[in-house]
Formats: sequence, structure tokens, C-alpha cells
Amino acid sequence: MTAALRATGLAVSLGGREVLAGVDVTLAAGRWTAVVGPNGAGKSTLLRALAGVVPHRGAVMLRDRPREAWQARERARTLAWLGQAESGGEDLRVWDLVMLGRLPHQGWLAAPSAADRAAVTEALHATQAWAWRERTLGSLSGGERQRVRLARLLAVQAPVLLMDEPLANLDVPHQADWLALVRSLAAQGRTVVSVLHEVGMALQADAVLVMQSGRVVHHGPPADAATRAAVRTVFDDRLDIHPVAGAWVVVPRTASPGFPPRAAPTMPGFTPPHDSPGEHA
Amino acid sequence: MSAGSRPVVLAVALVALAVVGGWLGVGVGSTGWAWPGAAAADAVAAQIAWDIRLPRTAVAWLAGALLGLAGAVAQGLFRNPLADPFLLGSASGAALGVALALVGAGGASMALDGWSRLGLTGAAFAGALAGVGLTLALARGVQHTLRLLLAGVIVGVVLGAARELVTLADPAVLQAMQGFMLGSTALSGWPAVVVMAAALGLSGLTALGLGRVLDGLALGEATARSLGLPLGAARLALVGALALATGAAVAQTGLIAFVGLAAPHLVRAIAPARHASLVLLSALMGGALLLAADLAARALIAPQELPVGVLTALLGGGYLLWLMHRRGVLGGGS
Repeated sequence: MTAALRATGLAVSLGGREVLAGVDVTLAAGRWTAVVGPNGAGKSTLLRALAGVVPHRGAVMLRDRPREAWQARERARTLAWLGQAESGGEDLRVWDLVMLGRLPHQGWLAAPSAADRAAVTEALHATQAWAWRERTLGSLSGGERQRVRLARLLAVQAPVLLMDEPLANLDVPHQADWLALVRSLAAQGRTVVSVLHEVGMALQADAVLVMQSGRVVHHGPPADAATRAAVRTVFDDRLDIHPVAGAWVVVPRTASPGFPPRAAPTMPGFTPPHDSPGEHA
Repeated sequence: MSAGSRPVVLAVALVALAVVGGWLGVGVGSTGWAWPGAAAADAVAAQIAWDIRLPRTAVAWLAGALLGLAGAVAQGLFRNPLADPFLLGSASGAALGVALALVGAGGASMALDGWSRLGLTGAAFAGALAGVGLTLALARGVQHTLRLLLAGVIVGVVLGAARELVTLADPAVLQAMQGFMLGSTALSGWPAVVVMAAALGLSGLTALGLGRVLDGLALGEATARSLGLPLGAARLALVGALALATGAAVAQTGLIAFVGLAAPHLVRAIAPARHASLVLLSALMGGALLLAADLAARALIAPQELPVGVLTALLGGGYLLWLMHRRGVLGGGS
């Protein structure tokens, strides 16, 4: 299987601190890889470095060709990136914002082609954002905006997609829709790399990249016990992973041995009722 | 009305305003109101209309259009809704250029002559470019928005102080600069109209051509880069358009505040759209605003007239206060 992306010695320093500490990773084409790890593990920075939107050391090969060797627009058509909590463009109509995903396809000053309009239409339908196409982004809720930004990413129609926290602000039904979307993308032979905080969702991926302190500590399919063990380890054993109906369900542990606040936290001025039925395990 | 048709309606309304304003502008003046059509019968009145009122009306619209355009470009380029042409040190640089040119020419008489005033455009443009260059050098490029804004403020203050020093050296220059600093559309002839129209055409085409880059930049620098946009070259061209528009406006009419800031805001409030439309509509809006302000400045205390810059500062400042208040009210709940 060819590699969609291959990084060697990828390192990023921000403000004198090494955020990414020499990552070597190969991401196979046509697969969905989820990146997980605790806050500050370097997940977003890894995606930004792969996308080439942050200065970094080390090399990135995009489809077995150095990323720098690609012409900018050609690279943009091949590798698309959706940033974490992307903002801006609130004054733009949803249609126009999603059309920005077609910039790498459009000629200088040329009007959008039929293919551009078809791609935008398809992307808006794929994220159920079609109904808002005439509205401005600023008039939408957080979850609705996220679906529009996802549509912007899809409109690029790139074979390699990097998504940083694509599920942010999405409700459960739309998270499920996203899951179906990503699976169909992978089935079409496209490569998806997504940073996910929803560990249960990440364990549905073809492969999981487990990160901690700027390094990749494990890379493997979720079916492997070693992968799930690595996930538990980087989260300080503060979660349990159970198989339920063919999927992995992640249950947070409210307290680990030695973690002090065993008693319920008290709020000043709040007196709990005497015999409230608690939900303590 | 759908979001898609609003920009067209606004454009038509603003063009209509400009036509009506232009017609009024030819009719009103220190000799009182005269129907523009009737003026043709009287040789003196016709000469006043043709040599004085028509060009100054055109200059008022063009200066407003240049400032509105520069404001829309600045706000898009720096992703900052409070950015205006006076950012980047371009306006203070242009004013310093004018002051130096006045000193070089030996004083006030120069400011009164149409063709000499035209020469000031070159000095203002050079000054605007120098101001922008200095800001960019201090900010070490345009990569960091905050650093760029801070550098623009610093350059604005320093160049402003330099201009004060230069003008203090010569009482005649001081007097000439005083009128200039207040902002005025009087004493502008046809040469000024030609220069400003050329500047508007050049900077307008640049901004329109790069509208998509501005749209992409609205999503953030990283996203714009991921979309393969040629950010370096586009930014240089946009900064050039900004300096040209500001320089041409400042050289002919002095420092006219708030039009560049308010015009894009008003457009966004009425008809939010892509930057290609925003730039065009902001120019039309700026033109309409300054034309209206110029008419008011001429009519309010006729046969005397107010410096139009004073009027725009009052109106624009009020608008900004209202905007801040409204934002405060809206933001208060969250």
C-alpha cells in the first residue's frame, strides 16, 4: 500500500518549547487514521506540520514526493486541512465560504465552473448544510458553522484530508453522520487523518496514532490490545475501554487511586438535599 | 430580500446617491443655490460650476471612494475590523511627504495652485510608501497581525511628530499645513480629479483581482496557505494598493478621518458579501459619505464653509461610538 503522507524527524518549536519532538510516521493511503492523546500532546501541531502551515524541521513526503516539490495549488488540491476551532468569514454567505474550498481549482479571475458548483453542492449536502447556503456564517450556531467548515474542506475534493477536531460542537446525530462520511471517504480510497478528543469515536478508525509529549508512542489498529493499552496509558489510566455491540465504548474513571477528591466537591451556599438518590457507582 | 441580491441593490442605491449628490454639489456654493441647468445661461455661474464646483464635488466623491476602498482592503488584509487606511503609517507618511514638499517649495502659496497641488500627490504617495515600508520593517514582515498593528501605531506617532517639527520651522508652511490637516475638498481642480481617478482605477482593479485572496485570508492565514494562495505576492500588491489609495486621497484633501473605517462597516451591516463586492461597495459608500459630508460642510454655515474633515470626524466618531455601544449591548449577555 502506498503512503499518502510520510513524515520523518518532524519537529516544531513554539516559543522556545519543543511541541513536536521528532515524529516519524507513515500514513497509508485510503485509510482513516485518528490521532489521540492528552491536551498538549502535539496532535494539532502534527497536523499543521503535515499540512505545511507551521514552520517545522524534518521532511514530509506527500504521495512519495517531497511536499515542497509540489506546486502550491497542486498541493492544495491534493492535501486539504481543516484547522481547530477555525474562525473568520462570518460575513460570508455559506455558499461563498464553501466555494473558497475550490480556490485551488479555479483559474485566476475565472468564474466558478460547473464542476466547482457541483462540488460545493455535494459538500453542502454531505454535511446537511445545504439549507443555509444563502445565510451568512455569522447567523449560524457553533455546530452549524462547524458543518459549513467541514463542507469547505470536502469541497476541495482532495485525496488527503487533515481534520483537526472535526467533531467540535457537533451533536451526537451529526457525529454519527460524520462517522459515516469519513468511512465512505476512506472507501473511495481517500485518506483521512483526524485529531479527535472523542476517544470512543477514534477507536472506530482504521488506525489510531497515540501521542504524548510531542511524540508518537503507538500507531496501530484499535483491534490490537496494545493500541487500547497505549490509549489508556497516555490518559493516565483514567478511562476504561469496553467492547459493546461491536464497537469500543470509553468510560471515564471519575477518580484514580491516589487522586484526592473522593468526596463530592462542595459549592459555597449549596446544601444538598438529605436523601437525594445519588448515581455513584 | 435574499443575502445574494442585497449587494446589487446597495450598489444601485449608492450610485444613485452619488448622482444626486453630484447634481446638488454643482448647484450649491458661496453664491447660494442655483439650479445646475440654469447656470448655463450665465457665463460667470457656468464658470463657477465647471471650474470650481464640479471638480471639487468629484474630488469629494473620489477621496471618499479611495478611503473607503483603502479601508476595506486594510480590514481584510489584517483581519481586523478596526483597521483603517491610517494604519500602517500610510496616512501619516503621506502627510509628512506633503509637509516636506511644502517646505521644499517655500511655503503656503504652493497649496493654492492646482497643478502644484498635483505635485503634492507624488510626495504624499512617496511618503505613504515610506510609512508603509517603515511599518513593515519594524513589524519584520506582514506575518504577524498584532506586530504589524503595533508597528503602524508607532510609525504613525513618530512620523506625526516629525511632521510637526518640519511645519514648526516655517510659519507659512505651518499655516498651509493647518488647512491641510483639517481636511478640505476646496481648491481642488481638474488635475486632482484626473490623478485621483487614476489612483482609484489602479488600486481598485488590484483589490478586485485579489478579492479571493482576501476571502481566503478571512479564514485565517494557515487556512489561506493550505488553500495554496500566493500570500506573499498578494499581500505586497494589496499593501501597494492601500498606500496608493491613501496617498492619493491625503495629498488632495488632507487628513479626512473615519470614512475609511466607517464605509466598510456600513456595507457589511447592510449587505455582507465577498471581498470583491465589499471593496467595490466600500468605495461607493465612501464616495457617497464624503460627498454628503462635503455638501453639508458647504451648506451648514454658507457662505462660510466648515472643513469637511471636521465634519467627518464628528459624524464618524459618533458612528464608532454607537457601534461600540451596540457591540457592548450585544456582547453584554455572553
